[in-house]
Amino acid sequence: MTARTLFDKLWDTHVVADLGAGGTLVHIDRHMLHDLTSPQAFSGLALAGRKVRNPELTFATADHIVATDPGRGDETVPGGTEMIRALRKNTAEAGIIHFDIGDVRQGIVHVIASELGIALPGTTLVCGDSHTCTLGALGAWSWGIGTSEVEHTLATQTLIVRRPRTMRIVFSGRLRPGVSAKDMALYMIGRIGTGGATGYAVEYAGPAVSALGMDGRFTLCNMGVEAGARAAMVAPDETTFAYVAGRPFAPAGAALDQAVAAWRALPSDDGARFDREIEIDASAIAPQVTWGTSPEQVVDVDGRIPDPESESDANRRQAMKQALAYMDLMPGSTIAGIRIDKVFIGSCTNSRLADLREAAAILRGRKVAPGVRALAVPGSGLVKRAAEAEGLDHVFRDAGFEWREPGCSMCAGLNADKVAPRERCVSTANRNFEGRQGPLARTHLASPAMAAAAAVAGRIVDARQLA
Amino acid sequence: MDKFTRVAGVAAPLPRINVDTDAIMPKKWCVSITKSGYGEGLFGDWRYDLDGREVPDFVLNRPPYRNATILVAGANYGCGSSRETAVWGHVQFGIRAVVAPSFASIFFENAFKNGLLPVTLPEPVVQQMLDQLAAAPGATMEVDLVAQTVTGPDGARHSFTTDPARREALLQGLDDIGVTLTHAAAIDSFQAADRRNRFWAWPAETKARRAV
Repeated sequence: MTARTLFDKLWDTHVVADLGAGGTLVHIDRHMLHDLTSPQAFSGLALAGRKVRNPELTFATADHIVATDPGRGDETVPGGTEMIRALRKNTAEAGIIHFDIGDVRQGIVHVIASELGIALPGTTLVCGDSHTCTLGALGAWSWGIGTSEVEHTLATQTLIVRRPRTMRIVFSGRLRPGVSAKDMALYMIGRIGTGGATGYAVEYAGPAVSALGMDGRFTLCNMGVEAGARAAMVAPDETTFAYVAGRPFAPAGAALDQAVAAWRALPSDDGARFDREIEIDASAIAPQVTWGTSPEQVVDVDGRIPDPESESDANRRQAMKQALAYMDLMPGSTIAGIRIDKVFIGSCTNSRLADLREAAAILRGRKVAPGVRALAVPGSGLVKRAAEAEGLDHVFRDAGFEWREPGCSMCAGLNADKVAPRERCVSTANRNFEGRQGPLARTHLASPAMAAAAAVAGRIVDARQLA
Repeated sequence: MDKFTRVAGVAAPLPRINVDTDAIMPKKWCVSITKSGYGEGLFGDWRYDLDGREVPDFVLNRPPYRNATILVAGANYGCGSSRETAVWGHVQFGIRAVVAPSFASIFFENAFKNGLLPVTLPEPVVQQMLDQLAAAPGATMEVDLVAQTVTGPDGARHSFTTDPARREALLQGLDDIGVTLTHAAAIDSFQAADRRNRFWAWPAETKARRAV
């Protein structure tokens, strides 16, 4: 039998029908819904007189638009409250479980899908959000879709897919101390570019990936889409199985035994062929900070902002000039030392317990610099509760951070949590696009440790100096 | 879905790479439960200043381009967020085709579902079109899905390829879901077999579920 990749195996078990030139009809095992991209899908269904085919495979939460203030309700930005209420009404009518505001299980959709055991190894999962690739960290085929495909999934529990090519990114060696999954992701994107994995399903492998805990793997897969990969994944192993066992919606007892047996067969076979292979030396990675308006515009924390004049490609040179102007930075200057106004620790990239611990380790016994506003937004109610159980909320609060309710918050910039025009923010999120955190907001992406260090110093600084 | 056969008209140049969907449909315009009103938000943060006034220099605010029906842009167009409002914005503004060297996957997928044709042409060809459009503001182009050709501002014709099924769906304005529902029997039998073969993949009636 031909050696198959993890992706090949996921593909093979989910083909419903080969539509020839029309693509392949693929079964969707889990469908996650949220407030921003689902209301129009439900109206589309109603308009066509169609029903939700498998409500038991569909789960919802409100995350993108919800307020994160303590004691919050439905009230948020104009138009947002209506979206939150539409999700509540639509899911109730269709019999879909909804982790609503006030439920401890509410949180960022990609955080709760794994922590509740909804996303599982060996499954297909879609959600109307590009960062759905996060859940591939479990050894799942998980990808982001638009509202039309949300509607298609609701109606048919399938999607029509064109088979992507496969890419393996091997991180050899070991990470140095003070370097985390976020740095691996940013470093990789800096190497292959923001369109480097477009059209591919990416598998991360190698000793530095195997050594990551699940939270780190989620971070790494989360950023896959910033390299253009619609799906990113890590083969399941003992770390994965231990993570899944005992989660509320995960199989238990005999079903879990059968599942783990199936999951053990998922890793890519020896000799399986990938369309493209990339190797990255993990021991060469330093803490990363973006300087521009694309995640590929990134440097080591001890590096300098590059000079567009040294870029040979005219389009890239132009993009660099635009980014420097938007970010108000000078080529050749060091990235360390840049003064900042805000710090955001949160998002589907870095809002899990391991991320909060990483930041808290820097913050313990220190204070946020005068004039800096710092937000910590746990990824879910359960993350928040677990963090509070070990006193992390006190560490953040004592340092001068706001300790807020779960949601996408200042990553998506869709609710009231925004960076003001021309303000500069160090963020643990995934996108530094123009206007991402608010009109004219300037974003530097970094790891939780680097964001915490920036909050304390009031400027970009190497977190390893504070460790 | 709206049919698409061909579009001819003013082509707007947007000579930037990695144009992301946050730029295409900024957040201010995408918090809504409706499916209309997105034409006004297209490139909103570039089209309007912080006070909501038009930025006169921005391409879509300049007279010949207010009626643009085609957009020509740099590589990796539509990267970032999956928001389909980014595609709706183009169509509702009046743009029915985007010509670029490459597109991000989700935007590309969303475009076909809404009658917006993403046309991929080699980078040097797109660059030449951008240069010609800059030299002759208001120049027209034509994108023909029947013939699978793009006619540039200089009248030169360039062939492109489209996935045959996607092309057919656009030409006929097919309802994707309706087509898939013709395979309902295959979905039924897949699920029946899957419940036996992978019963672990089907959520049990757990305590967690009942607690909801």
